[in-house]
Amino acid sequence: MTTPEHTRFNPDSEVLVSVKDLKKHFPIRGGVVKRQVGAVKAVDGVSFDIYQGHTLGLVGESGSGKSTIGRVMLQLDPATEGTVTFDDIELTKLRGEKLRKLRPRMQMVFQDPHASLNPRMTVASIIGEPLKEHGTVRGAERRERIEELLSLVGLEPSHANRYPHEFSGGQRQRIGIARAIALNPEFIVCDEPIAALDVSIQSQIVNLLVNLQDHLGLTYLFISHDLSMVRHIADRVAVLYLGKVMEMSDVDTLYNHPKHPYTQALLSAVPVPDPVVELTRRRVILEGDIPSPANPPLGCPFNTRCPVAQERCSLEEPEWRELDSGHWVACHFAE
Amino acid sequence: MTSARRAASDWFKYSDRRSRKTGGGVANEPVLEVSGLTTQFDTQDGMVHAVNGVSFTLNKGEFLGVVGESGSGKSVTMMSLLRLIPMPPGEIVDGQAMYNGQDLLHIDLDQLRQIRGKSIGFIFQDPMTSLNPVLTVGFQIEESLKIHQHLPTEAREDRALELLELVGIPSPAARLKSYPHELSGGMRQRVMIAVALACSPQILIADEPTTALDVTIQAQIIELVKDLREQFGTAVIWITHDLGVVAGLADRVLVMYGGQIVEEAPVADLYARPQHPYTKGLLGSVPRLDQKGDDLVTIPGQPPSMFRVQTQCPFAPRCPYVFDRCREENPPLLPITPTQKAACWWDMEAGEARV
Repeated sequence: MTTPEHTRFNPDSEVLVSVKDLKKHFPIRGGVVKRQVGAVKAVDGVSFDIYQGHTLGLVGESGSGKSTIGRVMLQLDPATEGTVTFDDIELTKLRGEKLRKLRPRMQMVFQDPHASLNPRMTVASIIGEPLKEHGTVRGAERRERIEELLSLVGLEPSHANRYPHEFSGGQRQRIGIARAIALNPEFIVCDEPIAALDVSIQSQIVNLLVNLQDHLGLTYLFISHDLSMVRHIADRVAVLYLGKVMEMSDVDTLYNHPKHPYTQALLSAVPVPDPVVELTRRRVILEGDIPSPANPPLGCPFNTRCPVAQERCSLEEPEWRELDSGHWVACHFAE
Repeated sequence: MTSARRAASDWFKYSDRRSRKTGGGVANEPVLEVSGLTTQFDTQDGMVHAVNGVSFTLNKGEFLGVVGESGSGKSVTMMSLLRLIPMPPGEIVDGQAMYNGQDLLHIDLDQLRQIRGKSIGFIFQDPMTSLNPVLTVGFQIEESLKIHQHLPTEAREDRALELLELVGIPSPAARLKSYPHELSGGMRQRVMIAVALACSPQILIADEPTTALDVTIQAQIIELVKDLREQFGTAVIWITHDLGVVAGLADRVLVMYGGQIVEEAPVADLYARPQHPYTKGLLGSVPRLDQKGDDLVTIPGQPPSMFRVQTQCPFAPRCPYVFDRCREENPPLLPITPTQKAACWWDMEAGEARV
């Protein structure tokens, strides 16, 4: 099992994936000729690095653009602007066969294990499909690899000939993970992999992901709205709001000394499973809802809900600056 | 023994503070007494034993948390009380639910309709599917005022406006004429709460009211419900799978597993010294925001199939403390301390079987 020192951030690691000024705007069309009349700015200028063998947690509320970032990074959706670099290769410039050749090195685990497995395929064919598609192993060898993968994710080899509906949610997510690691990838985007699972099953899946990371040296982007789970699994965390990163740092600094008012409010809103602690905790209750990404506020995106907002915040967009080494914040007043 | 005493003193400290905060403790005066509730669903695949002999009481002004995973029977239990489950295929096979001298499970439907929405309010999990999309918010709030309180139009409008203000909806007068799709998820859930509170019910049942919402919105709703309870002394049953939410809200907690209650305890005792291995496992399997985690405890295996009649302890196949008796006899809810009950043959603290 992992020791905390092992999973914590090691600054000497190399950058595996790098995102620079990434934007993804979905056009809004209207009128008779379906002209573009606006855009949903789902991701609006995001930059971060993910280090080899580490986990970056990406947290935010629904509509903050976290899933879109995951999809654009793997080029499942084209980026509007900006670059994604994987192992010094600029993915945003690649098309077709060149991109396909890179696919085995980066994979994805999806949120909904009910929707992401084809109900008409057996488990063996689901897990075997990437092996077949990228032609790494054949015949008896492929069969062996499938059985090896099943036992890696805690399923029985005898499960290979069953169909997804015969499994529970947690087991299905294991199948999805087996498919993702089939080609020995280096980088996996985990898009809310535990959100659809029961509490007692969530910890099984998270422990499995941590174990696989240790054994296979995987690098994760862990997208989640569950801040407690992100604290458990991630080495560094980026907090997203309306398609922009508000704060980013290593996990302990972010949870112990959040600098951005949004991070502070978000952390204080998460209930702690301990009645004694809950009784004495101070909460920052935010007013209102997250604004529409089609019409984001001017200035700081958080200024409409911010408890300490001043006039400057609605006029001028805060600079993305490094407060301490490795601790980045986008707020005029954070110090 | 010392740990038990510490837990007890924690609880006293806690309940003391709580009662000061709410301006009066929870009276030990039951408003709802449920006993032996058993609900089944006759499906194509066989009989689903969703609720198996559930008994509990709800006291006046009490906040009762009900915790369990999907399929544990927590929602079906509460929906059965108001006979809101589809019948058929559902059937309430056995049990009693005494409210105000009436058995909710056996009075005729006309009488039950007088109670639903009037004395007992219900907040459903998904505010999108439980509000009618073609009626305005105002109409849906006024509906129960019309039926139960026979208020004239103007008084109804005033009351609806008051309710929207109460649940913290900005520009309430304009919102009365809005349709549900024009509101965000948090706003819709507030409207649901306004509907449930319209007739000032004595009991409010909330079925995972914040599960579909973001944490910042969840915090808003939790604060709202806390305030409302202090203001009106409504007894609340709050169904959730989130142990964190319950920790900050509830006075007492029921833990459900496999269609039965496996543990019942005051909130401080439940977290300080859980008596059922399932509760203990559940508490160990959630990471905490305020602490750097060790490895998460996992509960191996899967929740039980509800197609079987439970003749053994439903948790036995996943339990680290399992022994022969657990597979032979399904344990009843046994009193452990004067306030805490657990359905388990094994005493985890003493490390021996209970007699």
